[in-house]
Amino acid sequence: MPPNKRDWRPYKTKMSRTILINVLRFLALVFMQVFLLKNITFYNLATPYFYILFILLLPFEVPNILLFTLSFVLGLTVDVFYYTPGLHAAACVVLALVRILFISITVQKDGFDNEPEPTLSIMGFRWFFTYAVVLTLVHHFFLLNLEVFSFSEIQYTLSRVALSSLFTVFLILISGLLFYRRKERK
Amino acid sequence: MRNLWAFIRKYNAFFLFLIFEISSLIIYIKYNSFQKASFLNSTNAVTGTLFKQVDAFKSYLSLREANDSLARENAKLRGEVKSSFYVDSVEKRKVNDTVYKQQYSYIVAKVINNSFNKRSNYITIDRGSKDGIQKDMGVITGAGVVGQVIDVTEHLAIIQSVLHKNTRFSAMLTNTKDIGSFVWGDDLDPHKGLLIDIQNNAQPKIGELVVTSGYSLFPTGIPFGKITNLHAKGGGLLINVEVSLAVDFTKLQYVYVVNNKFAAEQTGLEAVQNKNE
Repeated sequence: MPPNKRDWRPYKTKMSRTILINVLRFLALVFMQVFLLKNITFYNLATPYFYILFILLLPFEVPNILLFTLSFVLGLTVDVFYYTPGLHAAACVVLALVRILFISITVQKDGFDNEPEPTLSIMGFRWFFTYAVVLTLVHHFFLLNLEVFSFSEIQYTLSRVALSSLFTVFLILISGLLFYRRKERK
Repeated sequence: MRNLWAFIRKYNAFFLFLIFEISSLIIYIKYNSFQKASFLNSTNAVTGTLFKQVDAFKSYLSLREANDSLARENAKLRGEVKSSFYVDSVEKRKVNDTVYKQQYSYIVAKVINNSFNKRSNYITIDRGSKDGIQKDMGVITGAGVVGQVIDVTEHLAIIQSVLHKNTRFSAMLTNTKDIGSFVWGDDLDPHKGLLIDIQNNAQPKIGELVVTSGYSLFPTGIPFGKITNLHAKGGGLLINVEVSLAVDFTKLQYVYVVNNKFAAEQTGLEAVQNKNE
């Protein structure tokens, strides 16, 4: 809710800006995932699932119901291109829950006004790195185990989880550094 | 009642999580058992067009390889046409051949989407029911077996690739004709497969070709690949061998869908037989 009448207009333009940025981010990440990263793999072990960056970068203030809906929709969109309905959606919903828990533990609620989005430039390297690693590991763990759906290959799956997470976190950090300056100046 | 409402509101994240997680798992599990027909049909129109456009661009990058493989295949086929054989008899007669009736015909199709790094891989091609493709037809390339059609729309079809956890084709050794089942190994290597359940009196050799047996959708003798390792794990009483795949799934461009003209007749006959038992 806007605090008073004078703040109303800037609040609204700021919000529509956030929506626009997130819609563009959604499209760009899904496009990149299904047409570029889908074809990249190292020794059948490391496959990046970079699209989760969208959920990672949603603003702090986003309501839980919207967060879960967006995660679900993002997962399903990727699923449509991977021909695996429900798989990525399930992993993304888990990711959303872990995001809520992680943020409620590590970030004070009254700090939201100054820190609208959990990006690398706003939150600092240490916090963002931990955030990205924890969330990526959880997402990949669920995704790859659900895909294989058997315990007999668990060792192989775990090594895939570890190496793919490494790859994804690497891409997330690089993208964070790429957009570092622009966000700070604002 | 108000307490319950307050409780739900307080832990709304957890309840929302349950709702969304359960619905996505239901979708996932349902899809596994219903062979995803309805899902693919409704989404294929959108993803198919997108994949097609991206692929139209990408195919330029590998024109050289496509040309090479087509030229090689042409050369091979040229060696098999009638005109390349020397005719012994002086007098040429036109024989209306009634001994042979064509059993297999082939529909060429372009691969517009392909994956090879997952546990279950699918290939999308740009031909569908309009071009005569039906469910359960076999798919090959000049090099060997590619997979089996599992879903068809008007202009597109989806192939379950050999690189799929449920793939199982009847195969045999070329020399001894011993029958086994061809499956994909569980280490996700797109260049390796397994020939399992060969009778243990068979003696496979390294380098021996593994081909289709003719019991399934394919003509006899389409290669799967060559044997590279005689002691694959998990043999037990029957023999398992490792096979290096003849088809390079990472570079698929054009495939042929095999239309077995007797397939309907065969399945119909076998269904009657099963019913009588």
